[in-house]
Amino acid sequence: MSIQVEHIHKTFGSFVALDAVSLDFPSGALTALLGPSGCGKTTLLRVIAGLERADSGRVVLAGEDASDTHVRQRRVGFVFQHYALFRHMTVFENVAFGLRVKPRRERPHEAEIRARVMRLLELVQLAPLADRFPSQLSGGQRQRIALARALAVEPKVLLLDEPFGALDAQVRKELRRWLRRLHDELHITSVFVTHDQEEALEVADQVVLMNRGRVEQQGTPIEVYEQPATPFVYGFLGAVNTFHGRIEGAHLRVGAATLAHGQDQFALDGEAVAFARPHELMIVTDPDHADGIAASVVRILSFGASTRVELDSLTPEPDSALPVHYEVILPREQIQALKLVEGQRVRLVPTRIRVFQGQAA
Amino acid sequence: MAVAAALNERPDARRYEANAATRESPWIRRLILGTALIFFALFLLMPLIAVFVEALRKGWFTYITALADPDALAAVRLTLLIAAIAVPLNLVFGVAAAWSIAKFEFRGKRFLTTLIDLPFSVSPVIAGLIFVLLFGAHGWFGAWLFERDIKIIFAVPELVLATVFVTFPFVARELIPLMEAQGREEEEAAVVLGANGFQILWRVTLPNIKWGLLYGVILCNARAMGEFGAVSVVSGHIRGLTNTLPLHVEILYNEYQFAAAFAVASLLALLALVTLGLKSLVEWKAAQHAATDA
Amino acid sequence: MTHPMPVPFGAAPRFAPIRQTRVLPGFPLALGYTLVYLSLMVLIPLSAVFIKSASLSWPEFWAIVSNPRVVATYRLSFGAALLAAAINAVFGLMLAWALVRYEFPGKKLIDALVDLPFALPTAVAGIALTALYAGNGWIGSLLEPLGIKVAFTPLGVLVALVFIGLPFVVRTVQPILEDLETELEEAAASLGASRRQTFTRVLLPVLLPALLTGFALAFARAVGEYGSVIFIAGNIPMVSEITPLIIITKLEQYDYVGATAVAVVMLIFSFIMLLAINLLQAWSAKRTGRNR
Repeated sequence: MSIQVEHIHKTFGSFVALDAVSLDFPSGALTALLGPSGCGKTTLLRVIAGLERADSGRVVLAGEDASDTHVRQRRVGFVFQHYALFRHMTVFENVAFGLRVKPRRERPHEAEIRARVMRLLELVQLAPLADRFPSQLSGGQRQRIALARALAVEPKVLLLDEPFGALDAQVRKELRRWLRRLHDELHITSVFVTHDQEEALEVADQVVLMNRGRVEQQGTPIEVYEQPATPFVYGFLGAVNTFHGRIEGAHLRVGAATLAHGQDQFALDGEAVAFARPHELMIVTDPDHADGIAASVVRILSFGASTRVELDSLTPEPDSALPVHYEVILPREQIQALKLVEGQRVRLVPTRIRVFQGQAA
Repeated sequence: MAVAAALNERPDARRYEANAATRESPWIRRLILGTALIFFALFLLMPLIAVFVEALRKGWFTYITALADPDALAAVRLTLLIAAIAVPLNLVFGVAAAWSIAKFEFRGKRFLTTLIDLPFSVSPVIAGLIFVLLFGAHGWFGAWLFERDIKIIFAVPELVLATVFVTFPFVARELIPLMEAQGREEEEAAVVLGANGFQILWRVTLPNIKWGLLYGVILCNARAMGEFGAVSVVSGHIRGLTNTLPLHVEILYNEYQFAAAFAVASLLALLALVTLGLKSLVEWKAAQHAATDA
Repeated sequence: MTHPMPVPFGAAPRFAPIRQTRVLPGFPLALGYTLVYLSLMVLIPLSAVFIKSASLSWPEFWAIVSNPRVVATYRLSFGAALLAAAINAVFGLMLAWALVRYEFPGKKLIDALVDLPFALPTAVAGIALTALYAGNGWIGSLLEPLGIKVAFTPLGVLVALVFIGLPFVVRTVQPILEDLETELEEAAASLGASRRQTFTRVLLPVLLPALLTGFALAFARAVGEYGSVIFIAGNIPMVSEITPLIIITKLEQYDYVGATAVAVVMLIFSFIMLLAINLLQAWSAKRTGRNR
């Protein structure tokens, strides 16, 4: 079932948590809400759940306006970052809770409750632990129980708040793959909040990038990674090299150097910022090469199949005492062919560059 | 305990009232709040107000006369004297007990902590009784003391002993959880830097526990000055000699000098209010301290 | 510690160290001082009660502690204390709830005044409550026409015991309530539980150990309470006489043995309560996932 939010506005005192957010979460998809802490992603999730009330705007669940529906009646499954399991209940009772609190005429029979809970525990592969208490489980197991508990009431949508945030790296990776598989089985419309770009890109069908209470971009993982819509998205997803300069016709002037930007939509010359990923920069060893930015090699880090080269620009930014730092990733063979040494002066030439005019990164 | 607890900042109640999942319907809220406030007024606020109203019922002159009475002044002096002996004794003990329990591991630690709390669960009357049994005329040491003409029962030493007993755990039980929460890293760092035991205590530990210590001392002092049951048993009620302020209140009251009894009582009630004020201040300071540390 | 106190070697084996290498100084001195002071001030004096009562034969002991007038005081002391603790459990929970969950004017002041029974000398509380609940008092004069007499009746004892037990429940429940993550209630609500179901199935089980601990503390304190009760009780034998008063009465008659026998009964009760409270707190710590 689909979720739409329309013009959601939410403030906490003078802090604007959500600023006119409108989004359409496709039915049956797994969507990641991604952004730095304080960007409003958790608030948005809680507004959708009905745990937080928006100052203005609408939440539409399965085509119906749910803005005034209490969280109790919204039938959303919510999974908390710190699990929020009921400590005094067994795993079984935790999962059964949502069924037991139903009004008498809707409540399933004891036998059916038992069957349903056990089915869910098998789904999350924890059936043997039904009689344990939450304190006897590992973090990853607790999170799976929390998920089973949320699914027990057959929610229309599933909302997960930083579901892997409290787990260590190894368990995180496993649980991530497991959540993806589970979603492929159930196809329930799901939204999860994360600040981990790798997690969002690996697990989700759709990624929504948020910053300072606004949506920066929505799209598939490939779209947002390959075609970032704003400087923020460029900077937030993956490593990136930043160039501050001026548009001069078909070129971007960065200090003494000029770079061809290959974009023709700039009507006016003026201040601009450009981005290139580490693999989108070429290293030219000829110091007299006309194009590119003069830099010196600081460190060469060779691990695995690719090599990372760290460089400093030779012309410092006007308002900064520190040299601008660049990062280039090249296949190992290419590095060996270049025969780079630390301290060597080179020029950096982008193979692909994306320029944003009149915007700060 | 309270200062250790104050280290967690107190959340604003508004977040509960703004949250759909944690808020009650308005009439349930009114019912709970109304009942709680009536209960509070009936059992706490009104007795407190009654003390001051009754004290001033016969006017300021009677009030001042009652307080300026020589017996009343003697009672004030004795009460101060007892507190001045009992509180430092329990303070030194509290620091020693907390140091050994919070900073070291040894068998029987939990049991020792329970023993320290023991005087709180003993009726004050029994606290008085045990010292009568020890030092009274028919007590274990009674005859021996009588022969040497040493007066402990119905005299100041016994009042001090009884007071030390009933206020025994106050400082220790405040410091133990606080020092346990702080761990021993800072002290170990001081050892590594070459500090000796006294320097560690004076320069590292005491500054860290000062609010908890103060808190314990404030409560200990309030109880020491206000104790009634235990001192009532051991005092013998000798006016001007073994009468503390609470005992003086009782004597006046039993002689139907109600205004005078309440006048002296109002002094103790003021002491209680000052105690509560200081206690809140210390809690606030400790919380502020914790907030700036974080 | 710089206190020049000798270390008692006799006490060493029981408190033998687990780790032999101690980095921090002063352990033998601090522990030694603690044990000596504890023994001198608390343990040896308390043992006097048991040693003294040992001079009685069992039938003599039994005759004293089962005397009808003494038994009547148990009934009143324990009954009123139990009832007062129950009243405090219910209303103390409400007060703690209001202090944590609601904003209202004067909240900080009320929060501070909850500890009044800890700070106010019991004799002062006793005469103040008597003045309030006597026939001509503010509250007593309202109740008298209804045929309810409080002062100088067992009901007066109950009122005094509610007063002195009030902070215990509030102060044990309040921190647990403050630490409770709102996620628990949010989870319950998102699973469709009503507010009442959330309270009875999620919150109450979590608060229960603290509530019971507060109840037990209030009960233990109330049973031994003396100062605030004797003024309002009227102290009529067989009707409104409390157990601590019996001890005092016997002492005033120089009946040391009789006083001691009754004291032993009360002490045994106190030790049982202390054990119960310790167990409750351990359970509470486990339930709420806190470490002591």
